[in-house]
Amino acid sequence: MKKKSSIFTSQKFIVLLVVIVLFAFFSIISENFRQYSTIMSILDYSYYIVLMAIGVTFPLITGGVDLSIGTGLICYSLAGGYLITQKGMPVAVGLLVTILLGILIGLLNGVLVSIMDLPPFLTTLCTCMITRGLGSIFSKGFGISWPAAGADGGWFRSIFKITTANGTKIPIGFLWMLIIVAIMAFVLNHTKMGRYTIAIGSNKEATRLSGVNVKFYHVMAYVISGFFAALAAVAYSAVFATVQPGTGAGFELEAIGGAIIGGVSATGGAGSIEGSLIGVFVICLLKTGLPYIGLQANWQQIITGLVLIGAVMVDIIKKKRAEVH
Amino acid sequence: MGEVILTMKDIDKSFPGVHALDHVNFEVKRGEVHALMGENGAGKSTLMKVLTGIYTKDSGTITFEGKETEFHNTREAQDAGVVIVHQELNMLGHLTVAQNIFIGREFKKGIKIDDKKMNEEAKKLFEKLHIDIDPTETMSNLTVGKQQMCEIAKAISHEAKVIIFDEPSAALTEAEIEELFKIIRDLREQNLGIVYISHRMDEIKVITDRVTVMRDGTYVGTLITNECTKDDIINMMVGRVIYEDPKTESTVPADAPVVLKVDHLNAGRMVQDVSFELRKGEILGFSGLMGAGRTETARAIFGADPKESGDIYINGEKVTINSPQDAVKCGIGYLSEDRKRYGIVVQKTVAENSTMACLQNFMSGIFINKKAEKKKAQEYVESLATKTPSVDQLVVNLSGGNQQKVVIAKWLINDCDILIFDEPTRGIDVGAKNEIYKLMNKLASEGKAIIMISSEMTEILRMSDRIVVMCEGRKTGEVRIEEATQEVIMNMATREIG
Repeated sequence: MKKKSSIFTSQKFIVLLVVIVLFAFFSIISENFRQYSTIMSILDYSYYIVLMAIGVTFPLITGGVDLSIGTGLICYSLAGGYLITQKGMPVAVGLLVTILLGILIGLLNGVLVSIMDLPPFLTTLCTCMITRGLGSIFSKGFGISWPAAGADGGWFRSIFKITTANGTKIPIGFLWMLIIVAIMAFVLNHTKMGRYTIAIGSNKEATRLSGVNVKFYHVMAYVISGFFAALAAVAYSAVFATVQPGTGAGFELEAIGGAIIGGVSATGGAGSIEGSLIGVFVICLLKTGLPYIGLQANWQQIITGLVLIGAVMVDIIKKKRAEVH
Repeated sequence: MGEVILTMKDIDKSFPGVHALDHVNFEVKRGEVHALMGENGAGKSTLMKVLTGIYTKDSGTITFEGKETEFHNTREAQDAGVVIVHQELNMLGHLTVAQNIFIGREFKKGIKIDDKKMNEEAKKLFEKLHIDIDPTETMSNLTVGKQQMCEIAKAISHEAKVIIFDEPSAALTEAEIEELFKIIRDLREQNLGIVYISHRMDEIKVITDRVTVMRDGTYVGTLITNECTKDDIINMMVGRVIYEDPKTESTVPADAPVVLKVDHLNAGRMVQDVSFELRKGEILGFSGLMGAGRTETARAIFGADPKESGDIYINGEKVTINSPQDAVKCGIGYLSEDRKRYGIVVQKTVAENSTMACLQNFMSGIFINKKAEKKKAQEYVESLATKTPSVDQLVVNLSGGNQQKVVIAKWLINDCDILIFDEPTRGIDVGAKNEIYKLMNKLASEGKAIIMISSEMTEILRMSDRIVVMCEGRKTGEVRIEEATQEVIMNMATREIG
């Protein structure tokens, strides 16, 4: 009989150590890195990836993937921003449309994958292209700037960052991330939705034969992913000045990569929200930190890729061991 | 019939816990069709796997063309001229017929594959076999029968001297079987040795020259086909002593209420016009040979596979079951023959698997009440005597018998009144088997109605109150345990159809 793995050998814990080590390493080597403003920019940069990663953890655990979240994010943000800036609608309406659009695309993915039985990789690759095109149509090809902080309607930017009277910036968004992670971890571990997501990923047929409505829960995994891509769109719009159509491709890789590094099984059936959060920070630290020690962004991609291969290998080796058992 | 080309003598093979082949003898002559018969698990396939190098024998000798030989893999066997035509076709649907036949040994012109030459060679093969198939046709466009002929052509192309047919007729239509027999007779004319594995008694009589019967891993005997009767063969197949006491009479009253009635159920080729009744407190055995359609019947009833027609009544009321969800609502539980694939979620805990079918009973609002869940799971771990350190243990770490108990717990927790056990003791060791049997008897005595699909004759005779026998997708008989013997059941299971 195998002992239940202790917290210290769990992937989450090891990855958390990696985050701390990376942070310490960059701080020691580079004086510029250990500035408050750098930490602020890492956090600013992390919000939308964290949110995407939380969402995409669900399709990943079912054994699928959602590649449409990156371009989707830009698309939803452009749609909302267009209504606010060009049509003069209130920011709240723009936010609502952004969110609804995300849920809609998630639903489309879910129906195609679960009901129509299309392969997730191709399905979401197609919706990735569709959202990319849609985004450009909404914005007529121009970049869109959501209202700036302090401007009329700029209130939503303070959801993620508060600037006090003396100019200090408080990254309140990080607190929101922790709360959302806690909520979604609860959903994954303590609700039917979460339980069946994991069950579908580990043995879909056995789950179906237990009388579970697998189609519904499978669709919902993609709806959650779409919803969080839309939340990520809000974070992105709030943190960055302008949203450019045609961008967003590649965002999903950082989110999926973070989730995998954080312990989501590459073949489905296992994973955690808090793991995905920690995994994203590995990627964000590499992205922000490496330039400070003189390595260009290209290197960051190579190193992230290598780290990912390592994470997937760990997962596969674990699985093989379990089979031998 | 010519001289002996292949002799297997005193072949012995054990797997952990199973003596699969116990000093088995077998021989094939040139120009004969030799049937190899026996119940499921008699050791026919194992013997052929030893011959073709898939398994290594523990002891015994194989003599091929006068020389003692041992093949280490199928490739070596093929090169020597011993080939097997499998029941499942190993064809690549997107490639052409010729590409399939020569896969792995393509003709080449420089570095380019010479498709023209392959087509010509394939054509020659087909001519030799008097088959009309276009070598350039895409494989998936052919019927199953034609595909099988390509398999045979592929076997011949290895310059085969001995060809083993493993239940070749299972998927074929009447007309296709005729054509197959023509080819086999042709091959016999060409002085090849042919091994023919089949359950179909009528075919054996038509096509084979001799019959060798195996039983429980031992060699029973060899007969000349046209000097023996069907009954002779059946007696050899089933003539075992049953050590465990068979049930002598049913304790279920004849007027016990019918809880499940299946009326003229049709679902594909494997379920044709199946009707039966299941009574409260009864264990209804489903017997038959491999591929009789028993599992397919169970899956259709459970809504796991679509039905074409037929009605299902539960406690006298007609119900619609289109999905496992519907079946679970009707109080039916299905324990699959393939636990790992269909029964349990191995990487989840005992508790999580136990409540899989009725999680709604363990919810507090939208949250799963894990405490209640574990408590219930623990209750059933105790009452079923499941051996696990705790309900938090991953199911993958339990033994087969204990995994089975977790699946049973899943359906009992859902309060199912009708349980379908599909091969309940497959892959479970002897001690645990008895426990499962006891448990099933206990459940029946508590008023559950049980359908037990089993390929083990001893299990059928020991557990059932009544036995339904199926053959090739049809119900071919039904007997009460009082009248049931191995011979009666085997007779129904191998009944010739129209």
